[in-house]
Amino acid sequence: MNYLLLSLIKTAVVVGVLMHTLAYLQWIERKVIAHVQLRVGPRRVGPHGLLQPLADVIKLITKEGMMPSHVNKVFYLLAPFIAVTFALISISVIPFGPIINVGGVKTGMELTDLNIGILFILGISGMGVYGVALAGWASNNKYALLGGLRSSAQMISYELPMALAIASPLLILNTLSFRQIVEKQSFYYFGFIPNWSIFHSPFPQIFAFLIFVIAAFAETNRVPFDLPEAENELVAGFHTEYSSMKFASFFMAEYANMVTVSCVATLLFLGGWQPPFPVQYGSGYIPVIIHLIAALVCFYHAANPARPFDRITLPVFGVLFLVIAGVFLIPVLQPVLLPLFWFGAKVGAILFVFIWIRATLPRFRYDQLMKFAWLFLFPVAMINLFATSLAVALTAK
Amino acid sequence: MDQILFLLFAGIAVLCGINLVLQSHPISSALSLVGVMGALALLYLQLGGEFIAAAQLIVYAGAIMVLFIFVIMLLNAGKERAVPRYLWVRWAGLPLLFAFIAAMAYIVQRILPPSGEVKFGAFTLGSAEAIGTRLFTTYLLPFEITSVLILIAIVGAIVLARKEIE
Repeated sequence: MNYLLLSLIKTAVVVGVLMHTLAYLQWIERKVIAHVQLRVGPRRVGPHGLLQPLADVIKLITKEGMMPSHVNKVFYLLAPFIAVTFALISISVIPFGPIINVGGVKTGMELTDLNIGILFILGISGMGVYGVALAGWASNNKYALLGGLRSSAQMISYELPMALAIASPLLILNTLSFRQIVEKQSFYYFGFIPNWSIFHSPFPQIFAFLIFVIAAFAETNRVPFDLPEAENELVAGFHTEYSSMKFASFFMAEYANMVTVSCVATLLFLGGWQPPFPVQYGSGYIPVIIHLIAALVCFYHAANPARPFDRITLPVFGVLFLVIAGVFLIPVLQPVLLPLFWFGAKVGAILFVFIWIRATLPRFRYDQLMKFAWLFLFPVAMINLFATSLAVALTAK
Repeated sequence: MDQILFLLFAGIAVLCGINLVLQSHPISSALSLVGVMGALALLYLQLGGEFIAAAQLIVYAGAIMVLFIFVIMLLNAGKERAVPRYLWVRWAGLPLLFAFIAAMAYIVQRILPPSGEVKFGAFTLGSAEAIGTRLFTTYLLPFEITSVLILIAIVGAIVLARKEIE
């Protein structure tokens, strides 16, 4: 098939899925935090607040776009554009599954497989700082300026441990292309322990994984490192003066960065779309079992309804889960759906940790944040890199 | 297609370079420089130097220029004021520049041997692997000496920046 046409189709699919993920990630975040804090979260718009993201988008689009006086217009308007562009570009090198064969067309489940994939992600995420820094500077507001300064200092500092944490699994995997990174993690020790980077022998990369995740929290400006937008000191930080779609762009960039970082962590450390145990032991039936359990729970609660309308809604969901379980059993679809399921499950788990931590931990003080990066995280990442290189050099053939 | 892309990125690089000189505000100039570096990275990529392109983006555009902008923001530097110049400088500057460029082009044309035609995609030694092999075999000594130089610079910066504490 025509390469251009194929790329266009893949781009449309990826963009569509990514945009919906970003919108609903925010809904999930609000729901999870609400349940952690013993609230119910959004419930008014649609069943269980499921249409809340749509309502938010409509609100943000129709809101008046305020332009404060004495701002530097060019940079003020450029900043959200930069932030969202560089946040969204990164997804183009993330592979979601193996090379598949659809109707005679062989194609990888990604937009493009660069042989410098991981460097590309590092380069692009480094450019994202400009959006935040410029937004803070151009807003003509001292809170925004301080937020922008804090954020750029924080992002520069945490890029170092992040890069070092990425380097140590790369030493083991010996490639920069994401597809090959995943393929090198595909076999199993003793037939059942997966050869993911965090389980790798002789030197498991569990520390590198932890450092990466911590640095990722700081890079995406998430709690406990969300100092750029510390409300009690800085109003809303670098996006204080932004409203309507310009604010939404920053919001979207933050969530897109979260998704990208989770994808990179999954690919580098958790074996990408590889199942946690081999297919011959039945890892292909895990999604079926999960959906069957969900269906059974639905049917049980429909039989003993807590609310009157449960008798109608829950059986519908039960049947839906049964259908999904059945779809996972169709042999033709399995090579596409199973990798997607495992990839989605791992990325989803990391995203859940992001949200969970936001609901649990307080915020660092600024000097603590910098001390933590330079005096703890950086040396630990360095030691980890040295130890890994030593292990690699000693076991090299 | 290659030529169109080359002309596009080269044009962006030149435009950003001119803008860098013309802008009076430091932030605008610094961002134009980022534009130049981004365009250069794309040109490297087009010529087959994938690793160099990525390094250009990460090191120059992503780290050094961010520090520049950070410092400009921190010092809150305002617009540069144009210093009044001699009249002859204003009128003779541009012609002299063109004369210099023409002289350089003529000398390069005359003295240097004619280089082969550049073909897009002909260069295949730009991958991270190829560059790593070269750096640690053929160019090991220059590479190590450069790293020592950078180390000296780092130590010097720390010594200069350290507060005098008695």
